[in-house]
Amino acid sequence: MTPWLMAGLLFTPLAWAVLTLFPAFRLGRVLTRLGILAQFLVAAGLWMTVAQDGGFYYPLGGWKAPLGIELRVDGLAVTFVVLTAVVACACGWHAGDYLSPETGRHRYFWPLFWFLWAGLNGVWLGADLFNLYVGLELISLCSVGLVALAGNVGALRAAIRYLLAALLGSLAYLLGVALIYGQFGSLSLAGIQALVASAESFPGAGVGLFIMILGLALKTALFPLHGWLPPAHGIAKSPVSALLSALVVKASFYIAARLWLALGEELGSFVLAQAVGVAGALAVILGSWLAFCQSRLKQVVAYSSVAQIGYLFLLFPLTFGVPDSVVQLAQQGIALQVISHALAKAAMFLAAGNLILSVGSNRVEALAGVSRFLPFSLFSFALAGVSLMGLPPSGGFTAKWLLLQASLASGQWWWLAVLLLGGLLSAAYVFRIYRASFVESRGQDQFYHPPRVLEAIPMMLALMSLCLGFVSEPVLAVMSLPFEEGG
Amino acid sequence: MGRLTLVTAGMVFSGVFAGLAWAVWTIAEAPVPVSLPTLVSENLQAAGVEHPVTAVLLNFRSYDTLLEIAVLVIAGIAGISMSRTRSLEDPGLRTSDSLLYALERWFFPVMMLFAGYLLWAGSDRPGGAFQAGSVLAATAVLMRLGGVPMDFLRPGVMLRLGLTVGFSVFLVVALASALDGDVFLQYPEVITKPLIVLIETGLTLSIAMVLLALFVAAPIDPAEELEEGGAE
Amino acid sequence: MSVSLLYAFAGVALCAMGGLGFTVLEHLLRKLLAFNLMGSGVFLVLVGLAQHRGVPDPVPQAMVLTGIVVTIAATALAVVLMRRYYHLSGQTGLVVCEERKEPME
Repeated sequence: MTPWLMAGLLFTPLAWAVLTLFPAFRLGRVLTRLGILAQFLVAAGLWMTVAQDGGFYYPLGGWKAPLGIELRVDGLAVTFVVLTAVVACACGWHAGDYLSPETGRHRYFWPLFWFLWAGLNGVWLGADLFNLYVGLELISLCSVGLVALAGNVGALRAAIRYLLAALLGSLAYLLGVALIYGQFGSLSLAGIQALVASAESFPGAGVGLFIMILGLALKTALFPLHGWLPPAHGIAKSPVSALLSALVVKASFYIAARLWLALGEELGSFVLAQAVGVAGALAVILGSWLAFCQSRLKQVVAYSSVAQIGYLFLLFPLTFGVPDSVVQLAQQGIALQVISHALAKAAMFLAAGNLILSVGSNRVEALAGVSRFLPFSLFSFALAGVSLMGLPPSGGFTAKWLLLQASLASGQWWWLAVLLLGGLLSAAYVFRIYRASFVESRGQDQFYHPPRVLEAIPMMLALMSLCLGFVSEPVLAVMSLPFEEGG
Repeated sequence: MGRLTLVTAGMVFSGVFAGLAWAVWTIAEAPVPVSLPTLVSENLQAAGVEHPVTAVLLNFRSYDTLLEIAVLVIAGIAGISMSRTRSLEDPGLRTSDSLLYALERWFFPVMMLFAGYLLWAGSDRPGGAFQAGSVLAATAVLMRLGGVPMDFLRPGVMLRLGLTVGFSVFLVVALASALDGDVFLQYPEVITKPLIVLIETGLTLSIAMVLLALFVAAPIDPAEELEEGGAE
Repeated sequence: MSVSLLYAFAGVALCAMGGLGFTVLEHLLRKLLAFNLMGSGVFLVLVGLAQHRGVPDPVPQAMVLTGIVVTIAATALAVVLMRRYYHLSGQTGLVVCEERKEPME
């Protein structure tokens, strides 16, 4: 069963990318929806297999690492595969009704969407440093192509800026890979981890790890390297923004986190860990403040991504030089934060797209009066906001609770201030949108009503993010499943 | 760009140079614990081709190559999505230079032959799909500049087939190997070499096609669309 | 010190030069060229460092080939994007245009 699931997981998105390149938009939509269903089932099947039997390594081409490329199928990886399936499912379905079939360019959304999905799955499962580089580049080029699909000068400018930042980040990562390969002669992350633990010190490889994390931080838009994110995520079509904010930035973070958890203890340093944490803390505070100041709705959501990404980087200080139980706590908190942010941010961007569609303007003030005409989408937006603020019972609350415990247990109480202040500031920008939409409008009473399905999808995502707090126990249990060699 | 910024940036990157050079120096002094070259040469018998680089590219690390071709196809798709015209051809790129035209008639067969040779050579000496594809693309670029009409560049089924043929062949082989009961991308032992040659041929065509499509993808249509909700 | 190691140091120098160009240059094509210079530097480090003991190593060679293809794809896409951007806006840089274009949006 497992070989079939793996083949399905890797093969379906690539095959669908080729298939959907040929037909026009509408037929591509039908094909994509069939593929989405298949892919969803495969992801769920793999999750259940791993939940039952534990993780395993999958040697591609039958060649074991370090000669060949192995995929690491463990609890964390399959959880992210399922998360990707859920979010991509929602965004793909939404895009089918949201994008106009009359614009010829939009047909290219489908192949790019499928390639993006394939790249994301590749990154979650990747355990080979160079293979992760290729996966990262695949994701970057897809995302840039998707941003540029919007077609106007602003989108092109954002796409070029995004492309340049992404390329620079990947190149820095590759330089780090070159140094690590020079030091250890291997590309398999597990193999290097075993070598690193053998008591010697590797200052050169430490430089390599630093450069890799720097490059990945640029690709994840960690403050102050975030300049490319708001224009790109703000100007792309809403389903594209949702995909980019929910999943694409997480891919580079995921690699940085895996590298840090495997090699950070030996190759990293206390100063590096704290510096990354401080950058994350600044991102939380300044990102939320900038989100509060934006005049355009999608820019608010985009800057909110910058802020939420900041939380993720607290992983670095909270897992350096602390007992294993704290590492476990921090790891679980961050993973939950990734999941709940992915669901909430996708819901928020899709709902924002509906609101923009309905009032015909992307400015926050133009939302005046929309609360009477489009309460459903507005409600989804607010529910997603609850998770971002970290109120119970949302997944965001559980995540921040775990992080709070981890920072207390590791004696790094200063991160508490960030967690609390960040929650308050995110409440500020979410309520600002809410306030703007409850203002009784001065004249406009003509609103376009988007189709029901467009309104239902963000609501489902927002509800999932809200209810994540209830089901966090089983999710966390699968994520931290023991890893069985060769299983 | 102020002088101060320039000096600061210069100093920062001198520091980067020093740091990296130090890292390279320390790494070069330490012994390497894993030796992949030995592993590669031990397993070369089973790889189906004699040239180690080709064996790594198309057998040991074939997943990388599959994704690499996907990256090329993505660039091609994103490139042709930029130009919303019936033909990808940019009239501004066409020259009618008789000297170029005459040279082309000599070059064209030689370059095709050379591309074929590179493809064939890939199995036991330097060469392979990418080199052959680039030569093929260069030939096509010369033809394009010489004003030879290339109807297959119209964004229709032909162009898309050309873009994806190599990728599709690779993918079908990968799937067939998975259906055969083995893992994804494991070639059956008896026909490893023919499969690799088949993949390489498809890749050559696709690589040439993507490079050519990106070369000629000209932004002709000036019409632009407003941002979402930008029409106020 | 072997010749391969010299390549690795040359690669480091190219990386630093490319990085400098990438940050200080404003014209988009120049930025792209600087990026390519950095790319070549990284590839030199990759091969030079791995082979500095004189044993040829096919793995980094294959990685560099893959890396070159990826870089070419990205460069070509960047050029297409930049041409279209120039075609629509008449701009060759990212910074200048924002000041000029902002009022029109």
